[in-house]
Amino acid sequence: MGRYTLRRLLQLVPVFLGTTFIVYFLVWGLSDDPFAGKCGQRACSASYVAEMTQRYNLDDPLIVQYLKYLGSLLTGDFGQTFSGTEVSTLIANAYPITIKLALVAVAIEAVIGIAAGVLTGLRGRGFVDNLVLVSTLVLIALPVFVTGLVLRQVLGVELGWIRPSVPNNPTIGQLFIPGLVLGSLSMAYIARLTRTSLVENKRADFVRTAVAKGLPRRRVVGVHMLRNSLIPVVTFLGYDIGALMGGAILTEGVFNIRGIGGLVFRGIQQQDTATVVGIVALLVIVFLLANLIVDLLYAVLDPRIRYD
Amino acid sequence: MTDAAPAVRAAGAAEPEEVEGVEAVGGLWADGWAQLRRRPLFWVSSALIVVLLLMALFPSLFTSVDPRAADLSLSGADPSPDAIFGRDLQGRDIYARAIHGAAPTLTVGLLASLGTVVVGAIAGLVAGFRSGWSDGLISRIAEIFAGLPFILGGIVILTTFNRPGQIVGEVRIVTQVVLTIVVLSWPLAMRIMRAAALEATQQDYVKAARALGAGPWRIVTRHILPNTLAPVLVFATIQFGVFIGAEAALSFLGIGLRDPVVSWGVMISEAQERVADIPQSLFFPAAFLVVAVLAFVMLGDAVRDAFDPRGR
Repeated sequence: MGRYTLRRLLQLVPVFLGTTFIVYFLVWGLSDDPFAGKCGQRACSASYVAEMTQRYNLDDPLIVQYLKYLGSLLTGDFGQTFSGTEVSTLIANAYPITIKLALVAVAIEAVIGIAAGVLTGLRGRGFVDNLVLVSTLVLIALPVFVTGLVLRQVLGVELGWIRPSVPNNPTIGQLFIPGLVLGSLSMAYIARLTRTSLVENKRADFVRTAVAKGLPRRRVVGVHMLRNSLIPVVTFLGYDIGALMGGAILTEGVFNIRGIGGLVFRGIQQQDTATVVGIVALLVIVFLLANLIVDLLYAVLDPRIRYD
Repeated sequence: MTDAAPAVRAAGAAEPEEVEGVEAVGGLWADGWAQLRRRPLFWVSSALIVVLLLMALFPSLFTSVDPRAADLSLSGADPSPDAIFGRDLQGRDIYARAIHGAAPTLTVGLLASLGTVVVGAIAGLVAGFRSGWSDGLISRIAEIFAGLPFILGGIVILTTFNRPGQIVGEVRIVTQVVLTIVVLSWPLAMRIMRAAALEATQQDYVKAARALGAGPWRIVTRHILPNTLAPVLVFATIQFGVFIGAEAALSFLGIGLRDPVVSWGVMISEAQERVADIPQSLFFPAAFLVVAVLAFVMLGDAVRDAFDPRGR
C-alpha cells in the first residue's frame, strides 16, 4: 500500500507539470501583446509596462518564465494580479464558498440517488423502476445551465421561494437549490450505479447464504447487500467531489455565487492571466489528489482489492 | 451529417462479414442487432434522430422563414399563428431559429464524437497493443489532458484563440469548438480502447495469428480492431449527446458558437438576460436541446445493452 501510494504520488508530478505548462503556455505564450486593452483606450505607460514585465518575468523565454512561476508556486506564492491584489487572497475568499457548494451538491445527490437506486434495485422491474429509469435519462439529458435558469426563474423570480442571486456569505439553505442543480447529473448516475450494483449482488452467493442462515431481511439488505453494493457508489462520490470543486463554473454563473468558478471566468474575461494560471494549478492539484484518495479508499472499503 | 448513428450503421455493415467469419449462428454484431431490434427505446430514439437529421439537412421542409430576419417592432411577441413559438428580443422567429439551430449543433456533436473516437482509438490501440514504453508515454499524455476539467479547459483554450467579444467566422468557430472538445475528451476514448486492446492482445486467437507469422498491422486490423470496436462505438453514441450539451454550455458562456451562427446554445445564451419578459425564447431552444441530447443518450443506452456482453 505504501509503495503504491508513493508510485501514484510520483506519477502525479508529470501530470501536474504538463497540465500547468499547457495552461501557462495558452494564457501567456500565445498572446502577442499581454498589455492589449489593459490601460483603457491608451497605450500603457512605459513605467507600467516595465513594472509588469519585471513582475511576470516577461523578458525571459517562456520556459524560464514558467519555471520561475512554478518555483514561487511551490513556496505557496500564487503571484499577484495586474492590479496588485494577491491571487491567494482572492482564492482564500472564494474557495470556501465553492467547497460548501460542492459538499451540498454531493450530499443531495448521495441521499436522493442512493434512495432511488435502492428503491428500484430491491423491487426489480415494475412501474417504479421504469419511472426512475426515465427520470435518470431526463436528468442526464438536461444541461446544468438549463435546469439552473429554469429553477432560478420559477422558484426565484416567480414564486419567490429562493433568492435568484445568492448573497456573499451564503448559508447551507441558500445553497440548497444551486447544489441540487449542480448535483442533478451525478444524482442520475448514482441512482443507476446503485441499482445495477444491487441487482448484481442480489444473486450473489453471500446473500443466498445470509438468507439461508435465517437472517431477517432487514439485516440481509442493510448489512450484506448494501455494504457491498455501495463500494462503487462511494468511489463515484469521491471522484465527483473532486470534479465538482473545479466544475461549478456554470452553476456559479447562473446563481451569481462568488466562488472559484466565477473568479476564474472573470479572470479570463479580463485577461488577468496570473489569476487564471493560479486557480487552474490549484484545481488540478485538488482533482488529482481527490482521485488518488478515492483509489486508496477503494482498497480500504473492499478488502478483496490489494495494491502491490 | 448523414451518419447520425455510427454504432447502428457499423452494426448493420459489419453484420454479414462477422457471420461468415464466426462459426456460431451470429457474431457479436448480429446478436446485438437482434437484441436492439426488440427494444422500444431504440426505435423511439432512432425516430427522434431521423427527425433531427431532417431538420439539420433540409430546414426548408419545416420553415420558410429566415432565422436571421429581425423585426424590432415585434420584439418579444407571444406565440401566434404568424410565429408559432413567438419572437425573441430582436423580433426574430423562434421557431425558424430553433429549426435552423439543429444543423450547427449536430455538426459539432458529430465531428466532435468522430474526432474523439478516431484520436482516442488510435492512441488506445497503440498503447494497448505495443504496451511497454509507448503505453507509458501515451497514458501519461492522456492523464495530462484528462487532468484539465472540461469547462475550465474549454474556457482557457477558446478565449486564448478568440479574444472575448471578437467577431469570428462561422467555419472558424465551429472548427475551434470541435477541436477543443476533441482535445479535452480523447483520453476517455483512449482509456476504453486501451483496456479493450490489452484484453484482446492476450486472447488465444491473437497468439495463434502471431504464431502463424502475421505482422503487427494484420493482427491489429484483422483481429484486434474488430473485437475492440464495440465499446468505443457505444461510447461515441452516448458522447454524441453529451457533446451536444457541451457545445451548448460553451455557447452559453459566450465562448463557443456565437451570433451569426444559429444554434440552440446561442439562443439560450441570448435568452438568459430576459427570461422574465420573454420566457418562450428560453423554453423552446432548451426543449429542442434536451430532446436531442435525450435521443442520443437513449440510443447509446440501448446500443450498450445490446452490444456489451457483460451487461446481459
